[in-house]
Amino acid sequence: MIQINNISKQFGRLKALDQVSAACDASECIALIGPNGSGKTTLIKCILGMVVPDSGSIIFDGKQISNDWQYREQIGYMPQIGRYPDNMTIGQVIDMMKDIRNKSLHLDESLITAFGLDKLYHKRMRTLSGGTRQKVSASLAFLFNPKVLILDEPTAGLDPVSSEILKDKITTEKGKGKLVLITSHVLSELDDLVTQVMYMQDGKLVFHKSIALLHKDTGEQKLSKAIARVMVNSEN
Amino acid sequence: MRKIIKYVITDILRNKIVLAYTFCLLLISFSVFSLEDNPTKGLLSLLNIILIIVPLISIIFGAIYIYNSAEFIELLVSQPLKRNAIWVSLFTGLSASLIISFLVGIGLPVLFYAFSLTGMVMIIVGVLLTVIFVGIAMLAALQTRDKAKGIGITILLWLYFALLFDGLVLFLLFQFADYPLEKVMAGISALNPIDLGRILILLKMDVSALMGYTGAVFKDIFGTTAGLLLSFIVLLLWIVLPVWISTVKFKTKDL
Repeated sequence: MIQINNISKQFGRLKALDQVSAACDASECIALIGPNGSGKTTLIKCILGMVVPDSGSIIFDGKQISNDWQYREQIGYMPQIGRYPDNMTIGQVIDMMKDIRNKSLHLDESLITAFGLDKLYHKRMRTLSGGTRQKVSASLAFLFNPKVLILDEPTAGLDPVSSEILKDKITTEKGKGKLVLITSHVLSELDDLVTQVMYMQDGKLVFHKSIALLHKDTGEQKLSKAIARVMVNSEN
Repeated sequence: MRKIIKYVITDILRNKIVLAYTFCLLLISFSVFSLEDNPTKGLLSLLNIILIIVPLISIIFGAIYIYNSAEFIELLVSQPLKRNAIWVSLFTGLSASLIISFLVGIGLPVLFYAFSLTGMVMIIVGVLLTVIFVGIAMLAALQTRDKAKGIGITILLWLYFALLFDGLVLFLLFQFADYPLEKVMAGISALNPIDLGRILILLKMDVSALMGYTGAVFKDIFGTTAGLLLSFIVLLLWIVLPVWISTVKFKTKDL
């Protein structure tokens, strides 16, 4: 579904992405893991077209994404830090997104009600706490029933109840044959969600394999232990 | 595209600074026209307001608005929208709302007190200057990531266009006083939209006689229909070029 071919990106002297190639298929839930500053968010932003890679290409559903914009209709994106116009209320932001996407049918508003955002519609974005902002971001990502969900640190800042709601939602959407791409630092949360793991370090993709293979290779059942083992091994 | 323009305009028109700007212009033009019984004198006083304040507000407000909308722009870029469309809509929305406040603040009183060809030219020049300086502000804001630096650059640009440029021209005139520079001067004025606007309005006011021989040359060049057309084309180029450059740059900007 998404094919990434040898993309590189340089920010000044920092090499954020170095010849990264990967392929992501539908009905997979892929965890993008790596230390801080390893290029995870840059990779995601490249897929979204927010960052333009220096070289290489990204193919979405058989089409090059450079100079294309319509493919983004198939993507729901939840940013690491959701930033919205301060003067707008939650209701206005949601209505604006519906208006921009030009969609009013087949909307998936289940997260809005599950998070209780419908009761906060009149609140202005600047008055919201970080967690509530995350809830708005998550609701917007799922709202338009996209084929691909890209979630950057989805559970950071969410309370345990909301985080469970979100995880359940991710599981159901994966069951519907959607591709879910998650980055997270809380590896224990990913255990029962993900089917594949991509591990990045210093802008390079170290490996991309299915979780079963990872368990087999490392001999560990928990994702966090398996990754710790990989990190230790790569240091030696 | 129309939807983004709509959101930008409703957002700006609710902004208190823009309301204050409109009210300020309205106050100035009404007091100028009620102090003078001769509407042409009133227009002459308004001329300086248009040439100094309108570019200043347009360039600084434009830059600050772009910096403050960083989140909004980021949100839009991740949506299925063309990048060109986002940037051009921002430009259109920003210019449209500042034009509305200019027309309410200066346009209405001029139409009311001094409805004449000179008044119309003045309104047109004011609208063009608003759009030109919004375009320059957006280019400056795109080029510099740092907000303080970006706003500093826009203030310097305004200083250059409003004050320094005239000083440079005067310096050149004195240095090369022995040469016939009148025609060159007319060409050089095309490098500054504020100057071009001033010449256009002054020529319509028939005070060009005060400018001596240079005034006569200017009248010769800008007074003809071809000259008038040419200067409006140059003013339009001052809109198109900065916006075109910033649109191309925005297409590959990393957010």
